[in-house]
Amino acid sequence: MPDFVQLFIALVVAAITYGTPLLFGTLGEILTEKSGNLNLGVEGIMFMGGALGLGGVFYYEKAVSVPNGILAVLIGMVCAFIAGAIASLIFSFITITLRANQNVTGLALAIFGTGIGQFAGEYMRIQEGGYISISNELKVFFINSPFPQALQDLPYVGNILFGNSIFFYLGILLAVAMFLYFGRSRSGLHLRAVGESPATADAAGISVTRYKYLATVIGGGISAIGGMVYITTIAGCVWNHEGLSGVGWLAVALVIFCLWRPLNAIWGSVLFGALMILYLRLALPFIPTQLYKILPYVVTVIVLIFSSMRNNKEKQPPASLGLSYFREDR
Amino acid sequence: MNPETKTPLVRLAKREAMEPWKAWCIRIGSILLALVLGGLLIAALGKNPLAAYGTILDGSLGRASALRQTAKIAIPLLGTALAIAPCFKMRFWNIGAEGQITAGAIAASYFALFWVDKVPSALLLVIMGLSGALAGGLWALIPAFFKARWNTNETLFTLMMNYIIIGVVRWLQGGPWEGRPGSQIIPQFDSAACLPKVFGVHCGWIIVLILVVFIYIYMRYTKHGYEIAVIGDSVNTARYAGMNVGRVIMRTMFLSGAISGLVGFIVASGADNTLHDGVAAGVGFTAITVAWLAQLNPFAMIAISGMLAILSKGADTLHTRMDVPASISDIITGMLLFCMLGCEFFINYRLIFRGGKSSPEAPDGKEAVKHA
Repeated sequence: MPDFVQLFIALVVAAITYGTPLLFGTLGEILTEKSGNLNLGVEGIMFMGGALGLGGVFYYEKAVSVPNGILAVLIGMVCAFIAGAIASLIFSFITITLRANQNVTGLALAIFGTGIGQFAGEYMRIQEGGYISISNELKVFFINSPFPQALQDLPYVGNILFGNSIFFYLGILLAVAMFLYFGRSRSGLHLRAVGESPATADAAGISVTRYKYLATVIGGGISAIGGMVYITTIAGCVWNHEGLSGVGWLAVALVIFCLWRPLNAIWGSVLFGALMILYLRLALPFIPTQLYKILPYVVTVIVLIFSSMRNNKEKQPPASLGLSYFREDR
Repeated sequence: MNPETKTPLVRLAKREAMEPWKAWCIRIGSILLALVLGGLLIAALGKNPLAAYGTILDGSLGRASALRQTAKIAIPLLGTALAIAPCFKMRFWNIGAEGQITAGAIAASYFALFWVDKVPSALLLVIMGLSGALAGGLWALIPAFFKARWNTNETLFTLMMNYIIIGVVRWLQGGPWEGRPGSQIIPQFDSAACLPKVFGVHCGWIIVLILVVFIYIYMRYTKHGYEIAVIGDSVNTARYAGMNVGRVIMRTMFLSGAISGLVGFIVASGADNTLHDGVAAGVGFTAITVAWLAQLNPFAMIAISGMLAILSKGADTLHTRMDVPASISDIITGMLLFCMLGCEFFINYRLIFRGGKSSPEAPDGKEAVKHA
């Protein structure tokens, strides 16, 4: 294999690794925003998912003498999901039932969630008297590919297609499932109606409150899994809030970049993952590395501007995004 | 005689208006609720909640030096909340104050670093302040222009602008403005470029208190303030009345960004004496909640930013004295925000229970229905 091909393959694999947490964060936020709720607390949700997901796996390993790897992955995902779901439930209660402003509540959740995440990480560290980390035997299940070595060794495509962590494949499945749900199911149609025009949906007999609650809570849970994925696959299974900070905001950006479409999120997150690490792999002499890192945000702004300029009906945010719904308002 | 069968257990109705003292009672009640919740958390850690709150108060207000630290935290919070108020009054969701602070700090730092031996100190500080305000204003003008021209979503746009400008600071830190090669740190400003101290705290607090009065008058007694209020209530009404909505949006955003930029100058010159990527340190986000919880009232913002500063400074003391992780301040702040955001519901809406006809406010409700 020529050198540059090898370099390229290494770049793509690394991009996928860094993109996978974003994929979960983004998919969760897409589900939330489709219901018309703009949850800006993704940063906090991912912190909570990261800390509590790691904590769940850590205490599972501590409690059992022979831990089961697959079960550990599941426990991590479930713990993260529950943490994110509870955080989003607070958000939902305040914005849907109590009709508070979504922007402000989302920011409050970001502050609260990062606090909880750091607090939990720090507290576990004090309690256990050292770093919270998972044993190497268990880490393998989080980091390595679920496919047999023979497939991974296929020339050129093997590593890219089959060499990623299990979370990437779960993320793709989730994206496809969400695509089918939004586009092909009646319930998905209802959800989109709630996000576009809650008054119309309400008049058609759809329970606006129930759809908003479910979409936001499940979406928050999915986003939180992204935080857990970051901690276990990139941060080496150690609580590291430095690395995680900013990932949640990037996920919010990615939702716009994907134009609220789950399938776009797959390649979008890999692209953003590449932009996050490009400065390590491909140093261009005339572009400083620090300016590389702002590329994802610049690209998002450009997408935002162009989608508003072209005013294409297919490529807009859900029409009621960010607005509370009260039946008696006109 | 409505058939009772179809009436849900609880119905909602908008209140016309609540007496201000009642509304403030509810708000203060929500603060107490949040403190009780925070106390439960502290108790769950096996510490005495009352002692913990005592430590927070003592650590933030107990000594003159602690009080100065607390004031230092409150100054940028209050200033930025003031900056955000006109935008939010207009229902323009500017969550880019973080970036506007940073932009202002960059411009001020440029003059602090490269003009320090060219002009006298007083003039230099004025130049730094003005350039900071201008830079913050221009940085805010970009999303405002696109909002006015193409109705681009300002929430997401301003959010992205934060990270772009912070990235620029990181580049300056590691590149053109780096002090010692490899340090990734911009050198400390010359003392001529640092804000003088009044009562032991840099004089930013005087600037911010002047801004409180300015914003109060601007929002309440000027034509600009009136236009902002009308646009916030109904863009269509504003258009019908002949207001140039796009121009008002851009003007207000420029003002908002300029004040944030001024805060950036205050932080860089007064508190940090240098420029670094954490110059805004989340203030832009926290200030949004301050402004909103204060009902965009500049004087209430003083109290709320003070309260959050006390929590933040006090939690550091709590960390050192009682070994509680300092991030508890973020958790209690979050709870406080949740409770205060949620309590507005009970001020704006009335719950009507099934069969509960003897509610004292029922006549008001009927009146409201008639008006509608």
